[in-house]
Amino acid sequence: MPDIAIIGARDAVIGFKAVGVAVYPAETPAEARPLIHQLCQERSTGGVAVLFVTEELYQASAETINTYKDNPLPAIIPIPGSQGSVGIGMAIIRANMEKAIGADILFGERR
Amino acid sequence: MPNVTPTRMELTRLKRRLRTAERGHKLLKDKRDEMVRRFVLLIRRNKELRDEVEARLEEAMSGFVLSRAVMSLPAFEEALLLPSRQTQLKASTQSIMSVSVPKFQLEVSEDSGALPYGFLTTSGDLDQAVALLTLLMPTLIELAEIEKTCTRLADEIEKIRRRVNALEYVMIPEMQADIRYITMKLDENERGNLTRLMKMKDIIAERV
Repeated sequence: MPDIAIIGARDAVIGFKAVGVAVYPAETPAEARPLIHQLCQERSTGGVAVLFVTEELYQASAETINTYKDNPLPAIIPIPGSQGSVGIGMAIIRANMEKAIGADILFGERR
Repeated sequence: MPNVTPTRMELTRLKRRLRTAERGHKLLKDKRDEMVRRFVLLIRRNKELRDEVEARLEEAMSGFVLSRAVMSLPAFEEALLLPSRQTQLKASTQSIMSVSVPKFQLEVSEDSGALPYGFLTTSGDLDQAVALLTLLMPTLIELAEIEKTCTRLADEIEKIRRRVNALEYVMIPEMQADIRYITMKLDENERGNLTRLMKMKDIIAERV
Protein backbone atom coordinates (compact mmCIF):
# COMPACT_ATOMS: atom_id res chain seq x y z
CA MET A 1 0.00 0.00 0.00
CA PRO A 2 1.60 3.30 -1.01
CA ASP A 3 1.56 6.11 1.54
CA ILE A 4 2.27 8.95 -0.82
CA ALA A 5 0.87 9.29 -4.32
CA ILE A 6 1.07 11.88 -7.03
CA ILE A 7 -1.29 12.65 -9.91
CA GLY A 8 -0.14 14.73 -12.85
CA ALA A 9 1.08 14.80 -16.42
CA ARG A 10 3.27 11.75 -17.03
CA ASP A 11 6.47 13.54 -17.98
CA ALA A 12 6.33 15.93 -15.07
CA VAL A 13 5.58 13.51 -12.26
CA ILE A 14 7.25 10.28 -13.34
CA GLY A 15 10.44 11.31 -11.60
CA PHE A 16 8.74 10.90 -8.25
CA LYS A 17 8.99 7.16 -8.80
CA ALA A 18 12.68 7.41 -8.01
CA VAL A 19 11.97 8.64 -4.48
CA GLY A 20 9.37 6.01 -3.70
CA VAL A 21 6.16 7.91 -4.45
CA ALA A 22 3.36 6.07 -6.25
CA VAL A 23 2.84 7.78 -9.59
CA TYR A 24 -0.57 7.92 -11.26
CA PRO A 25 -0.28 9.68 -14.60
CA ALA A 26 -3.28 11.68 -15.78
CA GLU A 27 -3.29 14.21 -18.58
CA THR A 28 -6.85 15.49 -18.29
CA PRO A 29 -9.17 16.25 -15.36
CA ALA A 30 -11.46 13.47 -16.60
CA GLU A 31 -8.64 11.01 -16.09
CA ALA A 32 -7.70 12.48 -12.74
CA ARG A 33 -11.12 12.37 -11.10
CA PRO A 34 -11.53 8.59 -10.77
CA LEU A 35 -7.94 8.40 -9.54
CA ILE A 36 -8.63 10.96 -6.84
CA HIS A 37 -11.68 9.03 -5.69
CA GLN A 38 -9.73 5.81 -5.64
CA LEU A 39 -6.81 7.27 -3.69
CA CYS A 40 -8.94 9.13 -1.17
CA GLN A 41 -10.65 6.08 0.26
CA GLU A 42 -10.04 4.90 3.78
CA ARG A 43 -6.45 3.91 4.42
CA SER A 44 -7.47 0.28 4.89
CA THR A 45 -9.08 -0.01 1.45
CA GLY A 46 -6.32 1.47 -0.67
CA GLY A 47 -6.29 5.16 0.22
CA VAL A 48 -3.12 7.17 0.67
CA ALA A 49 -2.02 9.59 3.38
CA VAL A 50 -0.64 12.32 1.17
CA LEU A 51 -1.81 13.00 -2.37
CA PHE A 52 0.03 15.51 -4.48
CA VAL A 53 -1.82 16.87 -7.51
CA THR A 54 -0.33 19.20 -10.08
CA GLU A 55 -1.90 22.65 -9.98
CA GLU A 56 -3.61 22.46 -13.37
CA LEU A 57 -5.40 19.26 -12.46
CA TYR A 58 -6.07 20.47 -8.93
CA GLN A 59 -7.88 23.50 -10.24
CA ALA A 60 -9.86 21.52 -12.80
CA SER A 61 -10.99 18.89 -10.30
CA ALA A 62 -11.52 21.20 -7.33
CA GLU A 63 -15.07 19.93 -6.92
CA THR A 64 -13.93 16.33 -6.52
CA ILE A 65 -11.21 17.38 -4.11
CA ASN A 66 -13.59 19.45 -1.99
CA THR A 67 -15.65 16.37 -1.16
CA TYR A 68 -12.67 15.11 0.83
CA LYS A 69 -11.68 18.31 2.54
CA ASP A 70 -13.45 17.49 5.81
CA ASN A 71 -11.39 14.36 6.43
CA PRO A 72 -8.09 14.69 8.28
CA LEU A 73 -6.58 12.19 5.83
CA PRO A 74 -5.57 12.27 3.07
CA ALA A 75 -3.92 15.63 2.67
CA ILE A 76 -4.46 16.67 -0.93
CA ILE A 77 -1.82 19.22 -1.81
CA PRO A 78 -1.37 21.11 -5.08
CA ILE A 79 2.17 21.28 -6.39
CA PRO A 80 3.48 23.18 -9.38
CA GLY A 81 3.68 21.21 -12.61
CA SER A 82 6.46 21.31 -15.14
CA GLN A 83 5.18 24.67 -16.37
CA GLY A 84 5.95 26.21 -13.02
CA SER A 85 3.57 27.58 -10.44
CA VAL A 86 0.30 29.16 -11.53
CA GLY A 87 -0.44 30.33 -8.01
CA ILE A 88 -3.10 27.84 -6.91
CA GLY A 89 -1.18 26.89 -3.78
CA MET A 90 -0.70 30.49 -2.73
CA ALA A 91 -4.36 31.19 -3.45
CA ILE A 92 -5.30 28.45 -0.98
CA ILE A 93 -3.06 29.90 1.72
CA ARG A 94 -4.57 33.32 1.14
CA ALA A 95 -8.13 31.97 1.21
CA ASN A 96 -7.46 30.14 4.47
CA MET A 97 -5.97 33.22 6.02
CA GLU A 98 -8.88 35.42 5.02
CA LYS A 99 -11.33 32.83 6.28
CA ALA A 100 -9.66 32.50 9.66
CA ILE A 101 -8.38 35.97 10.42
CA GLY A 102 -10.39 38.11 8.06
CA ALA A 103 -7.36 40.06 6.96
CA ASP A 104 -4.28 39.60 4.88
CA ILE A 105 -1.23 39.44 7.12
CA LEU A 106 1.34 37.74 4.88
CA PHE A 107 0.87 39.11 1.41
CA GLY A 108 0.30 42.70 2.46
CA GLU A 109 3.74 43.90 1.48
CA ARG A 110 3.31 42.60 -2.04
CA ARG A 111 0.34 44.75 -3.00
CA MET B 1 -43.17 42.70 21.51
CA PRO B 2 -41.28 39.71 22.87
CA ASN B 3 -43.17 36.46 22.58
CA VAL B 4 -42.68 35.23 26.12
CA THR B 5 -45.21 34.77 28.84
CA PRO B 6 -44.49 37.28 31.60
CA THR B 7 -44.39 34.91 34.54
CA ARG B 8 -41.98 34.51 37.38
CA MET B 9 -41.20 30.97 36.23
CA GLU B 10 -40.26 32.12 32.75
CA LEU B 11 -38.08 34.84 34.27
CA THR B 12 -36.10 32.34 36.34
CA ARG B 13 -35.71 30.08 33.33
CA LEU B 14 -34.48 32.92 31.12
CA LYS B 15 -32.03 34.16 33.72
CA ARG B 16 -30.53 30.69 33.96
CA ARG B 17 -30.25 30.42 30.18
CA LEU B 18 -28.60 33.82 29.98
CA ARG B 19 -25.96 32.77 32.50
CA THR B 20 -25.20 29.64 30.47
CA ALA B 21 -25.06 31.59 27.22
CA GLU B 22 -22.68 34.16 28.67
CA ARG B 23 -20.43 31.47 30.00
CA GLY B 24 -20.46 29.63 26.67
CA HIS B 25 -19.74 32.85 24.85
CA LYS B 26 -16.70 33.55 26.99
CA LEU B 27 -15.35 30.02 26.56
CA LEU B 28 -15.85 30.02 22.80
CA LYS B 29 -14.20 33.41 22.52
CA ASP B 30 -11.15 32.14 24.40
CA LYS B 31 -11.04 29.07 22.21
CA ARG B 32 -11.23 31.17 19.08
CA ASP B 33 -8.44 33.44 20.25
CA GLU B 34 -6.15 30.53 20.96
CA MET B 35 -6.94 28.89 17.63
CA VAL B 36 -6.21 32.08 15.75
CA ARG B 37 -2.89 32.39 17.60
CA ARG B 38 -1.88 28.89 16.54
CA PHE B 39 -3.18 29.46 13.06
CA VAL B 40 -1.05 32.55 12.58
CA LEU B 41 2.08 30.61 13.50
CA LEU B 42 1.17 27.77 11.15
CA ILE B 43 0.17 29.90 8.20
CA ARG B 44 3.50 31.75 8.28
CA ARG B 45 5.33 28.44 8.16
CA ASN B 46 2.97 27.28 5.42
CA LYS B 47 3.88 30.22 3.25
CA GLU B 48 7.62 29.74 3.81
CA LEU B 49 7.36 26.08 2.88
CA ARG B 50 5.29 26.75 -0.18
CA ASP B 51 7.69 29.40 -1.42
CA GLU B 52 10.53 26.97 -1.01
CA VAL B 53 8.73 24.05 -2.63
CA GLU B 54 7.55 26.07 -5.59
CA ALA B 55 11.00 27.38 -6.30
CA ARG B 56 12.83 24.09 -6.00
CA LEU B 57 10.26 21.71 -7.36
CA GLU B 58 10.08 23.62 -10.59
CA GLU B 59 13.79 23.03 -11.02
CA ALA B 60 13.45 19.30 -10.39
CA MET B 61 10.43 18.98 -12.64
CA SER B 62 12.09 20.73 -15.53
CA GLY B 63 15.08 18.44 -15.01
CA PHE B 64 12.85 15.44 -15.53
CA VAL B 65 11.23 16.96 -18.58
CA LEU B 66 14.63 17.77 -20.05
CA SER B 67 16.03 14.31 -19.50
CA ARG B 68 12.82 12.80 -20.81
CA ALA B 69 13.39 14.79 -24.00
CA VAL B 70 16.84 13.35 -24.64
CA MET B 71 16.05 9.76 -23.65
CA SER B 72 13.71 7.27 -25.24
CA LEU B 73 10.54 6.60 -23.31
CA PRO B 74 11.31 2.93 -22.54
CA ALA B 75 14.80 3.78 -21.33
CA PHE B 76 13.42 6.60 -19.21
CA GLU B 77 10.75 4.47 -17.60
CA GLU B 78 13.15 1.62 -17.05
CA ALA B 79 15.58 3.89 -15.26
CA LEU B 80 12.93 4.99 -12.80
CA LEU B 81 11.19 1.67 -12.43
CA LEU B 82 12.92 0.63 -9.26
CA PRO B 83 13.08 3.20 -6.51
CA SER B 84 16.45 3.42 -4.80
CA ARG B 85 14.83 4.01 -1.47
CA GLN B 86 11.58 2.99 0.10
CA THR B 87 9.68 5.98 1.30
CA GLN B 88 7.50 5.08 4.19
CA LEU B 89 5.21 7.49 5.84
CA LYS B 90 3.87 7.16 9.31
CA ALA B 91 0.53 8.93 9.18
CA SER B 92 -1.51 9.60 12.26
CA THR B 93 -3.83 12.29 13.45
CA GLN B 94 -3.32 14.67 16.30
CA SER B 95 -5.67 17.11 17.86
CA ILE B 96 -5.14 20.86 17.90
CA MET B 97 -7.84 22.47 20.04
CA SER B 98 -10.02 19.41 19.36
CA VAL B 99 -9.64 19.71 15.60
CA SER B 100 -8.17 16.50 14.27
CA VAL B 101 -5.31 17.20 11.91
CA PRO B 102 -2.85 14.86 10.24
CA LYS B 103 0.64 14.24 11.49
CA PHE B 104 3.17 12.75 9.11
CA GLN B 105 6.52 11.27 9.80
CA LEU B 106 8.71 10.39 6.88
CA GLU B 107 10.80 7.28 7.30
CA VAL B 108 13.40 6.92 4.61
CA SER B 109 15.01 3.54 4.71
CA GLU B 110 18.78 3.27 4.67
CA ASP B 111 19.98 4.03 1.21
CA SER B 112 23.40 3.81 -0.30
CA GLY B 113 23.01 7.24 -1.83
CA ALA B 114 23.31 5.63 -5.21
CA LEU B 115 20.99 6.33 -8.08
CA PRO B 116 18.59 3.55 -8.97
CA TYR B 117 19.96 3.16 -12.50
CA GLY B 118 23.17 2.89 -14.45
CA PHE B 119 24.75 5.88 -16.10
CA LEU B 120 25.00 4.35 -19.55
CA THR B 121 21.59 5.08 -20.96
CA THR B 122 20.56 8.03 -18.83
CA SER B 123 21.22 11.72 -19.05
CA GLY B 124 22.92 13.85 -16.43
CA ASP B 125 19.86 16.02 -15.99
CA LEU B 126 18.06 13.03 -14.57
CA ASP B 127 20.70 12.47 -11.88
CA GLN B 128 20.38 16.03 -10.71
CA ALA B 129 16.62 15.98 -10.78
CA VAL B 130 16.47 12.81 -8.69
CA ALA B 131 18.95 14.24 -6.18
CA LEU B 132 16.96 17.45 -5.92
CA LEU B 133 13.73 15.59 -5.41
CA THR B 134 15.22 13.40 -2.71
CA LEU B 135 16.30 16.49 -0.83
CA LEU B 136 12.92 18.04 -1.29
CA MET B 137 10.82 15.13 -0.04
CA PRO B 138 10.88 16.01 3.70
CA THR B 139 9.88 19.58 2.87
CA LEU B 140 7.04 18.35 0.69
CA ILE B 141 5.73 16.15 3.47
CA GLU B 142 5.96 18.96 5.99
CA LEU B 143 4.11 21.22 3.58
CA ALA B 144 1.39 18.59 3.21
CA GLU B 145 0.99 18.33 6.97
CA ILE B 146 0.96 22.05 7.64
CA GLU B 147 -1.21 23.01 4.72
CA LYS B 148 -3.85 20.46 5.61
CA THR B 149 -3.72 21.61 9.24
CA CYS B 150 -4.19 25.22 8.18
CA THR B 151 -7.18 24.37 6.02
CA ARG B 152 -8.83 22.40 8.81
CA LEU B 153 -8.12 25.10 11.39
CA ALA B 154 -9.42 27.84 9.10
CA ASP B 155 -12.71 26.00 8.60
CA GLU B 156 -13.05 25.43 12.32
CA ILE B 157 -12.20 29.02 13.24
CA GLU B 158 -14.85 30.23 10.82
CA LYS B 159 -17.44 27.97 12.45
CA ILE B 160 -16.52 29.08 15.96
CA ARG B 161 -16.50 32.72 14.99
CA ARG B 162 -20.03 32.33 13.66
CA ARG B 163 -21.13 30.76 16.93
CA VAL B 164 -19.49 33.48 19.01
CA ASN B 165 -21.18 36.17 16.94
CA ALA B 166 -24.56 34.45 17.10
CA LEU B 167 -24.29 34.34 20.88
CA GLU B 168 -22.94 37.86 21.25
CA TYR B 169 -25.18 39.71 18.84
CA VAL B 170 -28.37 37.65 18.70
CA MET B 171 -29.01 35.26 21.54
CA ILE B 172 -27.68 37.24 24.49
CA PRO B 173 -29.33 40.57 23.54
CA GLU B 174 -32.61 38.77 22.85
CA MET B 175 -32.61 37.12 26.23
CA GLN B 176 -31.72 40.37 27.96
CA ALA B 177 -34.63 42.09 26.22
CA ASP B 178 -37.00 39.29 27.26
CA ILE B 179 -35.82 39.50 30.84
CA ARG B 180 -36.31 43.25 30.87
CA TYR B 181 -39.79 42.85 29.40
CA ILE B 182 -40.83 40.32 32.01
CA THR B 183 -39.40 42.36 34.90
CA MET B 184 -41.25 45.46 33.75
CA LYS B 185 -44.49 43.56 33.25
CA LEU B 186 -44.24 41.95 36.69
CA ASP B 187 -43.47 45.32 38.32
CA GLU B 188 -46.38 46.87 36.48
CA ASN B 189 -48.73 44.14 37.76
CA GLU B 190 -47.39 44.69 41.25
CA ARG B 191 -48.07 48.41 41.07
CA GLY B 192 -51.52 47.80 39.63
CA ASN B 193 -52.31 45.51 42.49
CA LEU B 194 -51.09 47.99 45.08
CA THR B 195 -53.13 50.83 43.64
CA ARG B 196 -56.20 48.62 43.55
CA LEU B 197 -55.74 47.71 47.20
CA MET B 198 -55.32 51.34 48.27
CA LYS B 199 -58.41 52.34 46.32
CA MET B 200 -60.42 49.50 47.88
CA LYS B 201 -59.26 50.58 51.31
CA ASP B 202 -60.48 54.15 50.65
CA ILE B 203 -63.87 52.92 49.43
CA ILE B 204 -64.34 50.69 52.46
CA ALA B 205 -63.20 53.47 54.83
CA GLU B 206 -65.77 55.87 53.29
CA ARG B 207 -68.61 53.38 53.79
CA VAL B 208 -67.94 52.80 57.46
